Amino acid sequence: MIDVQNITKRYGHHTAIEDVTFSVAKGEVLAFLGPNGAGKTTTMRILTCFMPPTEGTARVAGFDCVEAPMEVKRRIGYLPETPPVYHELTVTEYLTFVGRLRGMSGSSLTSALDRSLEQLQLGSVRHRLIANLSRGYRQRVGLAQALLHDPPVLILDEPTVGLDPQQIIEIRGLIKNLAGSHSIILSTHILPEATAVCQRVVIINGGRIVAEDTPEQLSARLRQSEKISITIKTPPSDCEERLRAIPGVMNVFPGQDPGHFVVECTLGYDLRDELARLIVSQEWGLLELKTVSMTLEDVFLRLTRHEEGMSQPQEATSGILSAPEPSAREATP
Amino acid sequence: MTPVQAVIAKELRGYFVSPIVYVVGAVFLLIFGFLSYIYVVFAGTQAIQLMQIQGMAQINLNDLVFRNLFYSMRFVLLIVLPILTMRLFAEERKLRTFEFLLTSPIGIHEIVAGKFVSALLIYLGLLSLTGLVPAVLMLFSDFDWNPVLTGYLGMVLLGALFLAVGLFASALTENQIVAAFIGFGTLLTFWLISGLGALLGDTPVGRVVSYLSFMEHYDRLVRGLIDTADLIYFASGLGLMLFLTYRVVESARWK
Repeated sequence: MIDVQNITKRYGHHTAIEDVTFSVAKGEVLAFLGPNGAGKTTTMRILTCFMPPTEGTARVAGFDCVEAPMEVKRRIGYLPETPPVYHELTVTEYLTFVGRLRGMSGSSLTSALDRSLEQLQLGSVRHRLIANLSRGYRQRVGLAQALLHDPPVLILDEPTVGLDPQQIIEIRGLIKNLAGSHSIILSTHILPEATAVCQRVVIINGGRIVAEDTPEQLSARLRQSEKISITIKTPPSDCEERLRAIPGVMNVFPGQDPGHFVVECTLGYDLRDELARLIVSQEWGLLELKTVSMTLEDVFLRLTRHEEGMSQPQEATSGILSAPEPSAREATP
Repeated sequence: MTPVQAVIAKELRGYFVSPIVYVVGAVFLLIFGFLSYIYVVFAGTQAIQLMQIQGMAQINLNDLVFRNLFYSMRFVLLIVLPILTMRLFAEERKLRTFEFLLTSPIGIHEIVAGKFVSALLIYLGLLSLTGLVPAVLMLFSDFDWNPVLTGYLGMVLLGALFLAVGLFASALTENQIVAAFIGFGTLLTFWLISGLGALLGDTPVGRVVSYLSFMEHYDRLVRGLIDTADLIYFASGLGLMLFLTYRVVESARWK
């Protein structure tokens, strides 16, 4: 549905994105991850025909973004970073305007309007001026705008920004429902969002794609060791050395709380059984024992902060392990 | 409803929701009414003086009222119309709706046309209200309607040109005040170069400079002369400004 081949965008001497290639199949949801200024918005603007790429080709639904922009625009629903709403209009007036811009009229416009108002639960504010709506409502009005003409391709730049947790869950649910019949690209900073709704993740940094895979495979691919988090009630002073003595253990790190340790083992080994046996036999008091999987946060930080870590894995690993907050939080509920 | 009509309807709605159209309309009509009053009173005093000297008076309302009125309105239009157009593109850029508009399946020429027509409709609406002045004067006096109608044609053409300049200024910036000032500045420059043209006199350069200014073209229409050259001046100026607006909007995407 979306096919991007080697696109590069330069502003003068500044290169915003370089040699970006990816594709999205019909019905697939793709997450675009990356720090601010990585080139996510630039890529989306090229796909929505807002601006042409300096090099390369982008095609949406078989139409080239430069050669047939009108055909592409008709097939895309786009939510930019800032919801594009007119403050002087009411929600209904605004969506009517959007529909007319898209060539809709009469009963098809009315039914599309009612459908998108219901999808985003905007019925209660339909006659209010957008100027008087909160950030969350404006965001939803922006989303309603993108969904109004039921486009086969949706491009959403941070769709859940400004929403409360309940609304975020609802919008994610909506995106999941739309997947299958729609091809969706969404950019986000919120990593659980990518894990929750996307089949595939593209991580972009400094204008280049640094990784592209499913969330699970990304974390698996970048993992160089298994990690086990354990909490011990009364750890002896030589606890670390005793744990390290178990065959297969590469390293032991103390966690945030006393008695909490992260044990790093060789990839492919599961040492939970051995660890448990040691702790129980020594009567140290085993309170908790679990494997720590690499979260998308770890992958993301690793790839964007330590992208050189691909060639220097040691440095990158220590970068993650020196800050084991996610595992520590899990261990102390 | 076509996309262009949708843009026009939305802009008209925007005008009437914001205070701009009311303030601009009130000021425009107030000044028009006030100037009409002054010129009519002035014509009246002249008539009384002539009556005292000659015993009878034959005053020409076309010369004493309408021509002066149309001349004075040039400056009013120069001030008022850039305010009418300043928000058209500047606000889109400020509110980030510009990107939405350009990613909608509507051509840039349609956006420019829609916005221009909406401003023109507001202006024509205001202008039609000023028709009350000649309508009332007609009840109490005799005057030649032809120069009045060509004067109105001049106001329509001059206003359309000013609006196109204002629209162009609005496309240049995301600040409405800056847009208004660019509009004033450009129009004032074109006003003043007529002085430069007069200074250079009847030389080829002088004639070109004078031709560039809207002054002599408007003056001829106010005096009741419809010359194809003047109509071509206004049409080509309008076309050029709208084309430049189109190019500015198009290039704004690249930044």
